[in-house]
Amino acid sequence: MVNRLLCRKLKKLILAFVILTGLPLTIMAGEATASSNAVAIDTVWILISAFLVFFMQAGFALVEVGFTRAKNAANILMKNLMDFSIGSLAFWAIGFGLMFGADKAGLFGSNGFFLSAASPATAGGLWQFAYWMFQTVFAATAATIVSGAMAERTRFPAYLIYSFFICAFIYPVVGHWIWGGGWLGNKGMIDFAGSAVVHSVGGWAAFAGVIFLGPRLGKYNADGSSNAIPGHNIPLAALGVFILWFGWFGFNPGSTTSGTNLSIATIAVTTNLSAAAGAIMAMFTAWKRFGKPDTSMAFNGVLAGLVAITAPCASVSPLSAIIIGAVAGVLVVFSVEFIDKALRLDDPVGAISVHGVCGIWGTLAVGLFAQSAYGKSSGAGAVNGLFFGGGFSQLLIQLLGVISVGAWVFGSASFLFFILKKTVGLRASDEEQLKGLDITEHGMESYAGFQIFTTE
Amino acid sequence: MKMIIAMIQPHKLPDVKKALYKADVFKMTVTNTLGCGQQRGYTETYRGVIHKVNLLKKVRIEIAVNDDFVEPTIEAIIKGAGTGNIGDGKIFVLDLPECIRIRTGERGGDAIG
Repeated sequence: MVNRLLCRKLKKLILAFVILTGLPLTIMAGEATASSNAVAIDTVWILISAFLVFFMQAGFALVEVGFTRAKNAANILMKNLMDFSIGSLAFWAIGFGLMFGADKAGLFGSNGFFLSAASPATAGGLWQFAYWMFQTVFAATAATIVSGAMAERTRFPAYLIYSFFICAFIYPVVGHWIWGGGWLGNKGMIDFAGSAVVHSVGGWAAFAGVIFLGPRLGKYNADGSSNAIPGHNIPLAALGVFILWFGWFGFNPGSTTSGTNLSIATIAVTTNLSAAAGAIMAMFTAWKRFGKPDTSMAFNGVLAGLVAITAPCASVSPLSAIIIGAVAGVLVVFSVEFIDKALRLDDPVGAISVHGVCGIWGTLAVGLFAQSAYGKSSGAGAVNGLFFGGGFSQLLIQLLGVISVGAWVFGSASFLFFILKKTVGLRASDEEQLKGLDITEHGMESYAGFQIFTTE
Repeated sequence: MKMIIAMIQPHKLPDVKKALYKADVFKMTVTNTLGCGQQRGYTETYRGVIHKVNLLKKVRIEIAVNDDFVEPTIEAIIKGAGTGNIGDGKIFVLDLPECIRIRTGERGGDAIG
């Protein structure tokens, strides 16, 4: 009896001892202060946003596969897979340093290559891993825009080489100018999540590519009229657009790079409203112009709205976001027709219209709709646009950005495509296009066992 | 009355249709089909395994014509589908004993129209 009592008392004593000594030890091991919690929240937020933006790669792949023909499906998917994979490595090796390294003359970064600034040893070094992850998926987004415009007739090796150069050089230079401490950012240009940096870069590169590549066989007739080459899977394209919309909630709100910046809520709202407005106005515009609410145009309208709000998302009110998206929805319908019929440039998915034209519109929209209350709270910059008493100054800076980005990207991409055309060959031959790039480039079919009935 | 069956390359269908319309032939049936003649096939690989394909995609056009339209139709198809390469296709002409229009019950040459 006495032994049992002693045992119980001893156990209680030992327990008390463990608790009293253990507790201070656990606190000393990782001091959870308010500031370290903030860093943790920021890290988690930027990584979750990065993962959402990564998922946009699936969105792009599905949109591009849905809007093109079945005989080229495996090829367009490979291009999407590779522009992300090669782009990731190119951005790790060269691009990230060029974009965020120590500034040289306001034009490009000069260190931080091969992720040298990242290190598991310090908190700042650990943050670099998270930041790189986020920036890589943005670079890859710019790269993958071009695969859609150049679909169905681009030779695969040429596209692989292009993927490397856009993520290693073309995109990072623009990113440095606006986000990395370069001259446009220093002048006060606002491009919160990248209407110019990401989308217009993709749009301009696509524009250059399509010019050097030429149209798909059978797209244009001798008299200049355009033939429809319908996409083979509108459901996949629609799923792709919804995935892009979902991923954009990482793209825009994530660009705060801070989970403790409560404007992530405002940004999510402006993003969503712009997409919805874009969808509605694209639908009505197509309805009016073509007689029926074209499904594919409505889905392009969603993307137009999303691209357009990407620059102003942290600077504008929800109502402004609706207007910006609505204008983008109208713009995209007219632009697709203009580029196809007036310029005679074959863009199977409307990438130039969605990302180039609406990217430019979004960049300029900051200069029109910015309200300092929103910009102050989000950290985008406390400026007012033209419609809110700020005069023309912001609009002019945005315009300067649009022009200089356009000149650099169109120029460097044109040079790249010109060299590719002369060396490895850019365009698939007529016979290759007829047989389908799945068979000629990859030696396989995407739909083995299905009857694919195309007469073009 | 004759039934003309033509096997052509799928991508020549728009040209064949244009030529047929010019010859005043508007009625036809088109199906997807696989086949080969003198063209051999091609090789695909799937996950490391080689896979020979020797049935190629073709398009089959069936047109029922009155006797005076037989030659114009044949000429139009040859004009539209011919490229000078192996694989251009073949045309078969079969005798058609009877033809009926379902809506009106007309028979014979009138049903072909």
